[in-house]
Order: sequence, then structure tokens, then C-alpha cells
Amino acid sequence: MSNPILTLNHVTRTFAVKRQTIKAVDDVSLAIREGEIVCLVGESGCGKTTTGKMIAGVLPVSSGEILFRNQNIANLRGDDRKQYRLGVQMIHQDPYASLNPTHTIADIIAAPLRHHGFTRGDAATRERVRELLARVDLTPPDDYLEKFPHQLSGGQRQRVSIARALTVAPSFIIADEAVSMVDVSIRISLLNTLTKLKDAMGLAVLFITHDLALAKYFAWEGRIGVMYLGRLVELAPARDLVERPQHPYTQVLLSAIPEADPEVTRRKKHIELRSMDVPSLLRLPTGCAFHPRCPQFIGAVCEQNVPGLLEANGARVACHLVNRKT
Amino acid sequence: MNALRDGIGGFARETIKTFKLLARNKMGLFGFVMTLVIVLLSFVGPIIWQPETSANVADINQGPSEKHFLGTDFQGQDNLRKVINGGKDIVITAFLTGIIATLLAVTVGAFSAFVGGRVDSALMELVNIWMTIPKFPLLAVIATVIKLNDPVTLSLLMAFLDWPGLSRQVRAQVLSLKKRDYIEAATMLDLGTRQIIFREILPNMMSFIAVSTIFTMTFAIYQQTGLVFLGIVPYSGANWGVMISAAERRGVLYTAAASWSIIAPIGAIVLFQLALISFARSLEEVFNPRLRTSV
Repeated sequence: MSNPILTLNHVTRTFAVKRQTIKAVDDVSLAIREGEIVCLVGESGCGKTTTGKMIAGVLPVSSGEILFRNQNIANLRGDDRKQYRLGVQMIHQDPYASLNPTHTIADIIAAPLRHHGFTRGDAATRERVRELLARVDLTPPDDYLEKFPHQLSGGQRQRVSIARALTVAPSFIIADEAVSMVDVSIRISLLNTLTKLKDAMGLAVLFITHDLALAKYFAWEGRIGVMYLGRLVELAPARDLVERPQHPYTQVLLSAIPEADPEVTRRKKHIELRSMDVPSLLRLPTGCAFHPRCPQFIGAVCEQNVPGLLEANGARVACHLVNRKT
Repeated sequence: MNALRDGIGGFARETIKTFKLLARNKMGLFGFVMTLVIVLLSFVGPIIWQPETSANVADINQGPSEKHFLGTDFQGQDNLRKVINGGKDIVITAFLTGIIATLLAVTVGAFSAFVGGRVDSALMELVNIWMTIPKFPLLAVIATVIKLNDPVTLSLLMAFLDWPGLSRQVRAQVLSLKKRDYIEAATMLDLGTRQIIFREILPNMMSFIAVSTIFTMTFAIYQQTGLVFLGIVPYSGANWGVMISAAERRGVLYTAAASWSIIAPIGAIVLFQLALISFARSLEEVFNPRLRTSV
């Protein structure tokens, strides 16, 4: 097993909202190996995007540390910093906001190539731009070079966005809800492009999504981490997580995935929550944040103690019930 | 050598592209050509048609004729010739005021947005106070104290009074633009602050800046002619404002034929404004690819 490319050690991020502070991400620890796919799943506000932004280095951590190839990203200088900066790229959620509307596709992709001297001369740059466009399945590339972002569809823009991230030869890509704003029919082909690139270039991918079904599809070979209100509640290899979910929240999420076949969906056992309300981050429940909604609530221990993310049957789970059993 | 040739070739290609874009919009093209004609006429015209120095008593206050296309004024001088001779100051003041006010506004607005915090609040508070001051009366008062007989001083003064409103708008734009995802992407691609400002942010503001510059220019034209008309700025030879003022004081409003000596300068002002505003529309298209209807 290769070394972790990226390690999160007890990473916490707080935001000041009026006079209160909220913990958007709370004590998240995670290690991602070279070439690995990890999916972060959770509902909106669970801190998955904040985690992604901290890893991307556009948001500083409040406490804890993020290591890129065993070096704290906060202390990187000079060449090391540059290696990290270019090594970790992000694909944004909104393809309509992530491309500068005033530049052509050729300009958008050529800018980082020129700036960092990846290619020399206009001809070489153009050739490389074509290559990158072909890589993300925008073919024939010449049809796209002189287009502006507003002339492309959401899916095409997202591919341009991926091509732009690839210009600097990254080793780690954060895909923040990268397909959630794209038509459903385009999603799978976009995901397949990502998978193909990942395999071809040995990229590690952190795939952030609110859609467990998508995570299941994309990260089948990798791991899935489930987040709830800022904390990682379960982290397991994708197959295990889907087939033997341990944390009650993961079980609820899995039971809520609608299947294409309505018969199957109807027959599926739907787990009832104790409460449908997601607690506000401003007034987090004491103890396990999930306890007011947890269908397997076991009393005082859940209300009083925050469960740690502990080893359980080959996974790591933060639940008193699971941890008691193992 | 090659680099130089490439550079010139690239520049020529860019220029041709820009002209093609300008020509897309008929109204804009008209504006552009008209602005060019007015500017040329105002600068070159006076060399060809020099101002008349003596009065022609026989031709006082006439309507349009073959000899005088726009009639004559109270001194019997040709109105068209006066209009041509009176444009230079207006054009210089308009362009200077527009450019200086925009530069000030963009610098202060962008700086405020980038620095943020206390500096931002302080600057914007200052701008707010500045904006509440009624500009034209203040300009009128200042004009009585400072001698404003050359267009440069007048432009500086007007620009200094006109920038605050625009700077707020620039600040708002920068604040919104710097949070865009593509700026974040550029940060992650480590493109550097200079490139982020000039390549990612500024082009998105160019159409707005260009249009604002032109609106400041039209405003400056009104202010200047207004000042001249009120007699606050000293008459310096021929000038559209001077013409209106002189015509009004010589009572031309009461004889039909004489009205041409006031219609001529007003027409010139209107035409210049119209040209500038239509040009602005075209500029918007040049700077904002989303407005181009078909490519």
C-alpha cells in the first residue's frame, strides 16, 4: 500500500456567525493514498465542501493539520509550496461560475500552461490545449478552441473545467459536487471520463457529493466517508459501506436511495428517523450530534458523550452502539 | 526579431478583431464613426476653417442658406464655422474628465474592495459623504475662486468631483468578482496576483468601466457647457457653451431666423452625446462576449 498523499489530522474549522462560532468541520481525520478514490457524502451543511476547500488550501484550518506528502500545507514555502499548490486541484460544482466568461476555451486552458512554462511557444501550447480537450472527451478539440464558455452546455463546461485542472499535472483532484449541476444523462459519461483520467494519470480523487448513489457508483473501488454535521461518522471501503452499513445514519441514507425500479423502491425497508429536522449548526445537540434523530438511540451515553471514530469490522465508525458491540 | 514580428502581427490581428466586433452593431458603428468625425473636426477643422475675427453687419441673425448652412449669429458670423471651432475644448474636457474620474474611481474602488476591513469602511464612508455634496453648485462656487480658463484644470476639478459614485460601483463589482469560482480556480492554479487582477477580474469589468467612462464624459459635457452658459467659467474664444450663452443674451430666442445660432451648438452637443452613447453600446459588446448575438 502506497503512502498517503494527503492526511487530515483532527482538522477543525469554525466560522464566526454574529457573536457565535459554529463548527463547520469538527475533528476530521482522514488519509488518502496516491491514486485512491475517496467519496465524502453528506447532506448540505455537513462540512464536506469546507473540508474540500481546506484541502485545496483556499481556506485555512482553525485547528489540526493537513499534510501533503507528509508536510503541513500551512508551512510550505518555495518549491514545496508550488508542488502542493499545483498538485492539488479542484473541480467546482457550478460549471456556469467556474469558467471566466470573457475568455475563450483555448485561452482558459492555455493560461496556466503558459504561466508555469509547461509549454514553450504558441504552437506547442495550442497543441497541448488540443490534447487536453481530447483527453476530457471534447472532440474534435478544434470545435471548442475559439468558443466562449456561454456557448457550451453545462457538461461541456465541466469537461473544460477538468481539462483546466489537468494543465498543471496534478496528483490530487477534489471534485466538489462536480456532476450535481449537470443533466442526469450526462452525469455517468462525465464520471466515466473522470474515472478514465484517474486510471490513466494515477490521480487521487476526493469526490464530494450529497448523493450516496453517485458515490456508490464512482467510488466502488475506493472508500466512502459519511459526514454528519461537521463530523465524519463512518469511513469504510465502498462495498462494505453499501453492503454492511454500520452507522445508523449511513443505514438511513442507504435506505433512502430511490431505485430505478419502483417495485424495488416500494419493497425497500425505509428506516424511520426519530425526527426529520436537521439540527442547526448553531445549536448542535450534545453528545452524538445524530442522537435526536437516531433510530437506534440507546440513551444517556448518546446524549452525553461524543462518540469517537473507532475501528469496527474493518471500517471506522463513530457510534456508541457499534463501538459497544465491537 | 521574430518575437517582434509576432507581436506586431498579434496586435494587428487583435485590432482587426476588435473592429469587426465594433462593426457588428450598426448603432455602435455609427457612434464610433460619429465620435471619430466630431473629434477630428474639432481638432483639424479650426486649421482649415479659421475663426472669423470681424463682424458681418449685413448678415446678422440669418437662417440657413447656401452660404451659411446653419445660419449666422448676432455678429453675422457663420454658425457652422463657430461650431467647428468651438468643439475642441469640449472634447478635451469630456475625454480628460471621463478618463481621470474613471481611473480614480477604479483605483479607489478596487483598492477598497481588496484591502477590506477598516480601510474599506473608512474609504466608503468618505465616499458616502462626498456623494451627498451637491456637485454642480460646489463646482460653481469653486470656479469663482479658482481660475478655470484652461480645459485641463477644469477637467481635473470635474473629475475630482465626479469619481465617488463610480468608485462605489467598482468596489461592489470587485467584491462580487473576487468571490467567483473561476478566481478561486486561478488561485489554485497559482496564476499570480497580477494575472488574477488583470486577466481574470479586469476583463469582466471592462464593459462596465467603458460605459461608465462614457457616461462620465457626457455628464462632463453638460457640466462644462452649463458652467460656461452661466458665465462662471471665463469665455475662452469659441465654445459651444459660449455660443449658447451669447445667443441667449443677445435675445435670439425671440426671432425665428436667429434661433439657428442656438440650435447649432445644442445640436452639436446632442450629436456628440448620441455618438458617445451609441459607441458605448458597441464597446459593451466588444468587452462582453455574452452580449454578442451570434458567433
